[in-house]
Amino acid sequence: MAEQSWINAFPDMDRADLLAIRKTLDSAYRAFSRQYGDAIESFFSPLLSFLIWFEKLLLATPWWLVIMVVAALAYLASRSWKLVFGVVGAFLAIGYFGMWDNTMRTMSIIIVCTLLSIAIGVPIGIMMARSQRMQAVVTPILDVMQTMPAFVYLIPVVMLLGIGKIPGVIAVVIYAVPPVIRLTNLGIRLVDREVLEASTAFGASSWQRLFGVQLPLALPTIMAGINQTIMMALAMVVIASMIGVKGLGQPVLKSITNQYFTLGLFNGLAIVALAIIFDRVFQAYARRIQKHAGDAKDG
Amino acid sequence: MAESVQEAPLIEVSGLYKIYGPDPAPAMALLRAGHPKEEILERTGHTVGLQDINLRINRGEIFVVMGLSGSGKSTLIRHFNRLIDPTEGRIVIDGTDVMQLSQRALETFRRKRMSMVFQRFGLMPHLNVIDNVAYGLRVQGVGRAERRRRAEHWLNMVGLDGYGSQFPAQLSGGQQQRVGLARALCTDADILLMDEAFSALDPLIRSEMQDQLIALQEELHKTIVFITHDLDEALRLGDRIAILKDGVLVQEGAPADILLRPADDYVEAFVKDVNRARALTVETVMKPPACRITAATIGEALEQMRGAAGGYGYYVTDEGYQGLVLQETLEQAARRGPANALKEDLLQDVPAISPDDLLEAVIPETLDADYPLPVVDEDGGLRGELTRASLAQVLGDRAEARSSAGS
Repeated sequence: MAEQSWINAFPDMDRADLLAIRKTLDSAYRAFSRQYGDAIESFFSPLLSFLIWFEKLLLATPWWLVIMVVAALAYLASRSWKLVFGVVGAFLAIGYFGMWDNTMRTMSIIIVCTLLSIAIGVPIGIMMARSQRMQAVVTPILDVMQTMPAFVYLIPVVMLLGIGKIPGVIAVVIYAVPPVIRLTNLGIRLVDREVLEASTAFGASSWQRLFGVQLPLALPTIMAGINQTIMMALAMVVIASMIGVKGLGQPVLKSITNQYFTLGLFNGLAIVALAIIFDRVFQAYARRIQKHAGDAKDG
Repeated sequence: MAESVQEAPLIEVSGLYKIYGPDPAPAMALLRAGHPKEEILERTGHTVGLQDINLRINRGEIFVVMGLSGSGKSTLIRHFNRLIDPTEGRIVIDGTDVMQLSQRALETFRRKRMSMVFQRFGLMPHLNVIDNVAYGLRVQGVGRAERRRRAEHWLNMVGLDGYGSQFPAQLSGGQQQRVGLARALCTDADILLMDEAFSALDPLIRSEMQDQLIALQEELHKTIVFITHDLDEALRLGDRIAILKDGVLVQEGAPADILLRPADDYVEAFVKDVNRARALTVETVMKPPACRITAATIGEALEQMRGAAGGYGYYVTDEGYQGLVLQETLEQAARRGPANALKEDLLQDVPAISPDDLLEAVIPETLDADYPLPVVDEDGGLRGELTRASLAQVLGDRAEARSSAGS
C-alpha cells in the first residue's frame, strides 16, 4: 500500500511540517510587526495627517465650489466644453443621489494614491530604463504584484498597521503602481536612439538628457501609465473598503453582504463616473501636450 | 581649397580598433595574429568593427570618409566625440587625447569643440525649430535671450528664417536637415561631424544642400568630417577622401588620386561609374607646357622653340601668359627681321582655361582648338597645357576598364 500511494496521491509533505512552516513564518512576521509596527506607523503618520486634512478639505468645501474647481481643471486640461458639461452633469447626479460625501472621500484617497504612485513609480521606471539588471529584477516583482489577488496583500498590511486609512492607501498603491513603473520604463526605452545620441553629441550630461529629452519624449507613454494607475486605484478602492477605507467602496461592500442591489448599482455607477471623468480629462490633457507630433507634413 | 597645410593635423587617429562584444581581448589577439574577421566572428562571437585605422585630418579641410553600409564609417565618426569607445587606439584632437578625458571634460569638449549632424536629423520632436537650433547652447547653460539671438542668426544662414516656431514634424526632410545643420553651427564648434548628413534627402535637395555646405564652408572654414556612401558626393565635397571597406582603410587621398589611381579592385569598382568629366578639374590632368617662350625677340623665340614638338609655344612675359605663337608665324616674321621684338600681333587667339575648371566645362574649347589649350591660373601664370589626347585618355579610361572587365 505505502509503496503505491505516491502514484495515486501526491506525495505531499507531512502535515506537521507544513504547519511548522506556517507557524514559523506567521510568528516571525508577527514578531516583526510587534517590533516595528509602531515605528512604521509613526513613519506614515505625516501621510495620515495629510490624508485626513485633504479629506476634510474636500468635505468642508461647499459642493458648488468643488464642482467649479473640477470643471475649471477639466477645461484647462482639455479645452473642451463638451467634457466640462459632462463632468458637471456627473457630479450633479452623484450629489442628487446622496453620494456626495462618499465620492469626496474616494476622490481624496484616489488623488493621494495617484500622487504617491507617481512619486514612487516614475523614479523606479527611470532606474529600470537605465539599467538592464534593474529591469531584470523589477519586472518579475511587478508581475507578482499585478497577478497576486488583491486580498492577499491586505493581510500583511493589516497585520502590520491594523485597519484604517494608511493600510488602505498602501494596499491601493501596491496594486496601482505597476503601470506607471512599466510605462515609464517603456517610454524612456522607446525614445529615438538618434535623438538621444544627438543630445549626447552636443555635450548633454546624463541629467540633461533625462530631463531635457528622455522624460519629455516619454511623457505621453508615462501619462498613459498614470491613467491606468488611476483606473486601478479606483478599482481597488472597493476592496480597500474591507480594511476600513471610507468612501464609495463601503456601501458597495454593504450591499454585497445585505443584497442591496440598487445601493450597490448606484455606488458602482458613481465609481464608474469618477473613472470616466479622470480618464477623459487626463487623456485630453495628454493629447494636448503632444500636439507637436500631430500635424506632420510628410511622413 | 586643397592647400597642403604643413602644420600638425587637427585630428590624429592612430591604431584605432573597435571590436563589438562582451570580451574583446581574445578577439583582439586573434586579429593581431592576422586572422580574418570572419574567422574571429566564428571562433569568438565578436565582430570586428574597425581595424587599425590611422588618419590625419587637417584644420579647415573637408575630410570625407566613404564606404558602403557595414564598412564601419558611422562607427568611425562616433569615435571622434566618443559616442563609441574604441577597443584600442588613440584619438588626439588639437593636442588633447580624447581617450583620456573624464566624463565632465568630455562633455565640455563635446559642447565647445565638436558638433554633429545626423543622417535622420536627430531633431528633438518636442522642441520647436528655434529651440532645436539653440539646443547646444541650452546644454551649455547660455541664457534664453542670447540663445534666441544666436539661433535666429544661424537659422537665417541656412535659409529658414521665419520657421522658428514650427515643430520639426511640420518641415520637409530638406528643411529638417537645415535645422540640423544650423543646430550644429550654432555652438561655434570648430569641428563638424556629418554622419551621412544628406543621404536621406532627395537627389535634388541633396545637391542643393551640398552647394549650401560648400558656400558655408568658404565663409566659416570649419574642419568637417563627412561620412557618405555616395562617391559623387565624396568627390564633390571632399578635399581629401578616405575609403573604408569592412573596417579597414583601403585608400586615402585627394579626389583625383582616388579617381585616377585607385588602390585596389574595390576602389576601382567604386570609381568606375563616376562621371569623371564632372569630378576632375583641369589641374589633375594637365601636362607641363611643351614649350614656354620667354624671349624678347623673334630669333631667340625660334631658338627656344627648336627643341619642342608640335610647332607651337606659349609666350610668357613677366606679366604672365600672353598667348600662343606658332613656329610657322615666327619663321615668316624672322625672314623680315629676326632681331625684331616679339609683338602681340604674332600671337594666336586661343582661350585660356583655369586649373580649377571642371573637365566637363572645357571639353568644347579643347575639341574646337587646333592646339592644346594653355592652363592659366588667376595670377596669369602658365601652369600647363591640356591636350585633346590627355582629355580623351582620362575620359576614355573607364570605357576601357569596363570592356576589359567584361571580357
